[in-house]
Amino acid sequence: MTLNAAITGVGMSDIGRKTGRPAMAHLAEAAKRALECAGLTKDDIDGISTYPGKADNSPGMSPLGTGEVRNALGLQTRWHSAVPDGPSQMAPLMVAAMAVATGQARHVLCFRALTESSSQTATQRASIPGAGRARLGGWYSYLVPANAMSASNWAGWMATRYFHEFGMTREHLGLVATGQRAFARHNPSAVMQAPLSMDDYLGARMISSPLGLFDCDVPIDGACVIIVSAADAARDCARAPLTIEAMGAALASQETWDQRTDLTTMGAHDSAADMWKRTDLKPADVDMLALYDGFSIFVPYWLEAFGFCGHGEAKDFIAEGNIGPGGRFPVNTGGGQLSGGRLHGFGLLHEACTQLWGNAGGRQVADAKTAVCGMGGGFISGSMLIRRD
Amino acid sequence: MRPLPELTPENTAFWTGGADGKLMIAFCADCNHAIHPPQLICPKCWSEAVESRPVPGTGTVYTYTVNHQPWAPGMQVPFTLAVVDLDGAPGVRVTAEVVGTDPESVAIGQTMRISFANIEDIWFPQWEKAQ
Ligand SMILES: [Zn+2]
Repeated sequence: MTLNAAITGVGMSDIGRKTGRPAMAHLAEAAKRALECAGLTKDDIDGISTYPGKADNSPGMSPLGTGEVRNALGLQTRWHSAVPDGPSQMAPLMVAAMAVATGQARHVLCFRALTESSSQTATQRASIPGAGRARLGGWYSYLVPANAMSASNWAGWMATRYFHEFGMTREHLGLVATGQRAFARHNPSAVMQAPLSMDDYLGARMISSPLGLFDCDVPIDGACVIIVSAADAARDCARAPLTIEAMGAALASQETWDQRTDLTTMGAHDSAADMWKRTDLKPADVDMLALYDGFSIFVPYWLEAFGFCGHGEAKDFIAEGNIGPGGRFPVNTGGGQLSGGRLHGFGLLHEACTQLWGNAGGRQVADAKTAVCGMGGGFISGSMLIRRD
Repeated sequence: MRPLPELTPENTAFWTGGADGKLMIAFCADCNHAIHPPQLICPKCWSEAVESRPVPGTGTVYTYTVNHQPWAPGMQVPFTLAVVDLDGAPGVRVTAEVVGTDPESVAIGQTMRISFANIEDIWFPQWEKAQ
């Protein structure tokens, strides 16, 4: 069952590390590029949506909300929302799809902007929830005060259990990291382009076992805009509309990183299964995958969640060369967040759209028509299937 | 400095039970469901009769990670974080730092016992090897 919603344009700012550029400069650049991609003008945009909204819970995590962007870009809208609590970083895209499908808007500008790189200092790291607060509440108050401050700790103990049950090793995750780097070398906008060998990967310092430096994505400064349009409005745009075939947002466990009964699965398994219930397409119909790689270990979890292989089989699936350059199911062909930089899932979907429009240059997947995207890790998850007719 | 949790009606027993040397876990008095993180209302049956009960303070390592990165000024590394299946509270895990042993020596299946570290009005659970 196809939604009456499509992606019609994508744009990314010149992302980088320690750019010193204001977030709004990145955002405006990404918005201009997305409008140009879609063949739309500013006046066509009548909706705006973002994750999570302006937030200062960790440095540079989300400097812009919809209000500031509406003001700065002079937008008049019929729909606006920021979604801090939805199904992953994908929530604003899902909300936009529902907004256009129900006639609340025609063209919704969905954005994600981060200045985590420039906001980091010697004493202040990006992505430490609650940094600087006197007292913590909410789900992370059982983790951060226990000195489990970083998502790398939470992903680390998931990986430890997964390794234990299924015999995965660091070399398997090394194939994820080095494979994505090999893709990134064909993506001029990736922040990490130097060759990465397995020796480099294995020799890097440990962050939170079994995850090392190259298992962790890269904080950056940048913005990404994705335009979601009503199906009828999408037909008037510059490119073939990328129809949103199905979405999934199910979540069966608590919002914690340690209480899910089986930590060799995660929220992805719930949202992905729910997504497949809404389409006749199958994993075999997918040409490329955009899988959340805040940490490399999430890639095998997402592969299993979407059913590209069985539970516990991802290590062999990866070792057989399925997901790297030349593989049957190429994953994160722009380098992902591990090599491209952390745009919180938006960059991954940007790459999927680029592939489906045939604009991926030296990393182009031949005649890619259908892509699946999974955003989030741990309990955070959203799934989406898009196709070019 | 280590950030502290805010004390609320539902979590105070968990964070302060260590003052009496007890690990306190929330249970539903009506359906006996063990609730963690603690809640005011039983998520299973919506009973408001939620009470905190002491549990043995022992358990088995479900998983762990050895943290090598100092995430905050003054953080001493490496140390191990253990996610432990609690005895006496089915389905509940308590994640805490492991103390009193080589960080690299923790393993899945290891039996553990709780101890507490006091900072201000919080008694942080921490895990030690049982033998
Ligand atoms: Zn109950």
